Amino acid sequence: MSGKPRLTYLNGRGRMEPIRWLLAAAGVEFEEIFLETREQYEKLIKDGVLMFQQVPLVEIDGMKMVQTRAILSYIAGKYNLYGKDFKERALIDMYVEGITDLMQMILMFPFSPPEAKEKNIDSIKERATNRYFPVFEKVLKQHGQDFLVGNKFSWADVQLIEAILAVEEKIPAVLSGFPQLQAFKKRMSNMPTIKKFLQPGSPRKPPPDECYVETVLKVFKK
Amino acid sequence: MSGKPKLHYFNGRGRMESIRWLLAAAGVEFEECFLETKDDLIKLQKDGSLLFQQVPMVEIDGMKMVQTRAILSYIAAKYNLYGKDLKERALIDMYVEAIIDLNELLMTHILQPADKKEQHLATIVDKATNRYFPVYEKVLKDHGQDFLVGNQFSRADVQLLETLLMAEECKPDILAKFPLLQSFKARISNIPTIKKFLQPGSQRKPPLQEKDVPKVMKIFH
Repeated sequence: MSGKPRLTYLNGRGRMEPIRWLLAAAGVEFEEIFLETREQYEKLIKDGVLMFQQVPLVEIDGMKMVQTRAILSYIAGKYNLYGKDFKERALIDMYVEGITDLMQMILMFPFSPPEAKEKNIDSIKERATNRYFPVFEKVLKQHGQDFLVGNKFSWADVQLIEAILAVEEKIPAVLSGFPQLQAFKKRMSNMPTIKKFLQPGSPRKPPPDECYVETVLKVFKK
Repeated sequence: MSGKPKLHYFNGRGRMESIRWLLAAAGVEFEECFLETKDDLIKLQKDGSLLFQQVPMVEIDGMKMVQTRAILSYIAAKYNLYGKDLKERALIDMYVEAIIDLNELLMTHILQPADKKEQHLATIVDKATNRYFPVYEKVLKDHGQDFLVGNQFSRADVQLLETLLMAEECKPDILAKFPLLQSFKARISNIPTIKKFLQPGSQRKPPLQEKDVPKVMKIFH
């Protein structure tokens, strides 16, 4: 046993990607097992390894953790990316939850029918530019610090940079009205652990394609 | 200013109910401000009170907190309902996240169109009795303790009870095969703060009736 966290999921972003980001940002090396067939998934269930019969699964510190948010909270807590007190934690949680709502739209996008795709891009653009990005633009402008909460690198920063890059993949000019976020993006991308994660060959997964969608349906469809 | 937390939502369960449960379980008195019309929501949005233009919003300890999970986590930590260390917290989080998944199903049942209701109920019953309840039944069986985590009352117990009761509202005999969940339900319901919350006249909200759905939809859409 290597002692490194071990991630079990499909070979793609999905619900595991924020976990990959957070571990990478914390400088934690991890191993991955990729589900490719329904049989593999059913075996995991039979083995009793998936508490609620779902992935993501992360084996870490002797636990078989499931539920994305539970896993992310644990990693953030363990690696000091969760603020210094209850109130900073509350702020980080609020920011992360908002960003997660935006990321949910991106998560579901590949599974929408072709005729709905253009409308969905517009929805993502609308929400990003009217509801979510203005909040973080304002936060950064008001305190003038490098990081979102408590003048210190946290889970919220990792979640935001992931979301910015994911939205930009769909809407390249989305940051055009947000100078603070542009600077934030540059700053975060240059942090050593994140810079490494953004380089080719890292565990970061590419955007979902048709092949990924097919695999999801094949492995999980009832 | 009363110092009590102030909850902003419509006069119904929705996404605020778990927060009401947790505050009540912790013995914390709170005030409520009900949105009745879309204008009420717009006013809150224009005031800049809603970080992401959404409710629930809870004014607590000088913060205007939004995002249900963030609010629940804050309350749980503040009132010592979140385990004693990182690992207990992890267990509580895993249990709670699954309960929230089941809650979403239960909550959206009333919103289903008539022709989808029966199938939706079947899905609820299937997930509850095959995916979720067996896990908590086994947890209680394996450690034989009164509470889910660390032999101590936590948010996991509160949220599980809330969900068990809501599931029973959907199908009264849904706990038939889960004797330990039945005794858990009786035990937790008897905790003084929870017993009080379960009595008529408390701030616990009734299930949404079909006739009230259009009014609620008007506020948010």
